[in-house]
Amino acid sequence: MSERCAVVGVGQTKHKSARTDVSIAGLVREAARKALDDAEMDWSDVDAVVIGKAPDMFEGVVMPELYLADALGAVGKPMMRVHTAGSVGGSTALVATGLVQAGIHERVLVAAFEKQSESDAMWALTVSQPFSAPLVAGAGGYFAPLIRGYMRRSGAPDHIGMLVAVKDRKNALRNPNAHLHLHDIDMKMVEESPMLWEPLRYLETCPSSDGACAIVLGNEATAAKVPRRPAWIHGTAMRSEPTMFAGRDQVNPQAGKDCAADVFRQAGVTDPRRDLDCAEVYVPFSWYEPMWLENLGFCADGDGWKLTESGATAFDGDIPWNPSGGVLSSNPIGASGLIRFAEAAQQVRGEAGDYQVDGARRALGHAYGGGSQFFAMWVVGSDKP
Amino acid sequence: MTDVAVVAFAQSKHVAADPNRNEVEMLMPVVAEALEQAGLEREEIGFVCSGSCDYLLGVPFSFVTALDAIGAWPPIRESHVEQDAAWALYEAWVRLQHGDVDTALVYGFGKSSLGDLHEIMTLQLDPYYLEPLWPDMVSMAALQARAYLDATGKTERDLAEVVVRSRAAAASNPNAIVAGTTTADALLKEQTTIAPLRTSDCPPITDGAAVVILATADRARAISERPAWIRGIDHRIEAHSIGVRDLATSRSTALAAGRAGAADDKVDLAEMHAQFSHEELIVRDALGLDDSATVNPSGGPLAANPVMATGLIRIGEAASRISAGGGDRAVAHASSGPCLQHNLVAVLEGE
Repeated sequence: MSERCAVVGVGQTKHKSARTDVSIAGLVREAARKALDDAEMDWSDVDAVVIGKAPDMFEGVVMPELYLADALGAVGKPMMRVHTAGSVGGSTALVATGLVQAGIHERVLVAAFEKQSESDAMWALTVSQPFSAPLVAGAGGYFAPLIRGYMRRSGAPDHIGMLVAVKDRKNALRNPNAHLHLHDIDMKMVEESPMLWEPLRYLETCPSSDGACAIVLGNEATAAKVPRRPAWIHGTAMRSEPTMFAGRDQVNPQAGKDCAADVFRQAGVTDPRRDLDCAEVYVPFSWYEPMWLENLGFCADGDGWKLTESGATAFDGDIPWNPSGGVLSSNPIGASGLIRFAEAAQQVRGEAGDYQVDGARRALGHAYGGGSQFFAMWVVGSDKP
Repeated sequence: MTDVAVVAFAQSKHVAADPNRNEVEMLMPVVAEALEQAGLEREEIGFVCSGSCDYLLGVPFSFVTALDAIGAWPPIRESHVEQDAAWALYEAWVRLQHGDVDTALVYGFGKSSLGDLHEIMTLQLDPYYLEPLWPDMVSMAALQARAYLDATGKTERDLAEVVVRSRAAAASNPNAIVAGTTTADALLKEQTTIAPLRTSDCPPITDGAAVVILATADRARAISERPAWIRGIDHRIEAHSIGVRDLATSRSTALAAGRAGAADDKVDLAEMHAQFSHEELIVRDALGLDDSATVNPSGGPLAANPVMATGLIRIGEAASRISAGGGDRAVAHASSGPCLQHNLVAVLEGE
């Protein structure tokens, strides 16, 4: 890799259940325009566009880069569409980063979106395939047994998931773009919400959102010219493992461990809890915070829930996780990974507004997808790598 | 830029319908063949990237199970585009510039036999203003064919000549579905299906898969006696609405060809992702090819069209001819979207 790469602009829509006021193109363009404004750039300054989203069946548009080319100012430019399941938002940022690092382009616009109100993701996720066991359960039904596995293995008490659900929704109250603003959120409210997939209650689950996120990536020369502080990319990594393989540990996947080890090695992070100032991690169901704390090496195996319980991951803890409110507060699926990457960048740029972690200089962005077999991560920092 | 070359290419024996094998079963022997050509073990591959379309299988995440054809254990560096696998090759080429890995495996697959391809491709269109009218893929192509004939003064006979040449070339391609000797007169006796196009101007419904292995400089030379070096690669998209485009030309192909340096030297052969006969003439103009270049020596997509692998196969076919000494310089073209909306051009050279 020859060129340094930095995030020089970030934009997001206000996420909500149904953005009936805009088309799909209107939604994505709204985020892209905000990202360009943040970088004080215009469409003509962009060399290439990379988009990502979850399955085409979520909106019913096949290969939507074709339809979105005009709205994203891509006419006459290279345009790519990445799809790596739920990790796609992260992977999209990484593919675009590669274009800048390789010296192919100087400025790349990255956009990811989902307009879940156009269809029913629960249905789109559970179409049964020939010769495969049908799983008409949605993502929650898939992950609930893995969470049970974690609880048994770690001996975590039942209330840990609810702690995460409350913490992330409280964080979301500081984030104007968050879908959920639950002003009265507390343990009792979560506990009294309906049980959806034992042990996951309704309020321990991510919402279904319409939303988009965009970032502008630039090379070193570009980063020197933009008005606001860039977030420098210190490391990038992707890993995948098979879906059907008896040797997999689905509770604590090897691909997640390998991906974290790779990205931390590149960024010179030896102790993530100590070396990072905050993390934006893909936690769509409450229990995934303690599970990923262990998988990503923020603590020893079996100790994740203790970190959560101690308040270490809270906004005022020593390693805040998801100060933006996370996936539990906004989930435009295809965009959720890019939002994690972008929120990590906002923290080290000092642009996170009311949920700015004081003095944040290095942060992790994380996304995962499928049945926990796809991972994408980056580490960003205030300083040049 | 790090030098990257195609060092292996394998494809399935394409068929109109392969009802007995799923995508993984279709892919596995092709992956094995490509690895054997390169003399590589699966674990030696540094990066894997694929291209596919969920709507062909009719389920979300069809690429997820397809990964089993590679065997992703221990976990691998892997990515996927919901585009023709030629764009997966582009992503792999970019990834190899990173310098930490020196080989990449790219695959594409599709079973068009499972659904109605012409209607599935309708779902690519603007969902608010165009798709509700349900113009199918062949009707869209026919509009472009008409625009091309009107603008150039060419006739349906010129289209038929493309088909004649394609089928003759395909006779030596064991993977072709449509091949053999015919004449323009014989083809023109057919009724047009959607004027000015006849069935013979359209690609066959095809099930198939393809794999390309890439390697960087020294590794490529160690693997292949004559690697096909990617000297230039670029892709460009144009406006979606066909109403704002000049359908008689392909500006995005010309732009990508210019960026890839296609016209910088003599072109010995070209493999074009022309699904319809008129597309070959349009792309040929856009690439600036002269009459000395051999066009679609494999027979092209008119001979076999495994959607989502067709573009990658163009690169593989061109590269294997370079590696076999059948030319020194080739241009490969891949396309996506209605009426050639999105185009990729790669220039391949021998040492």
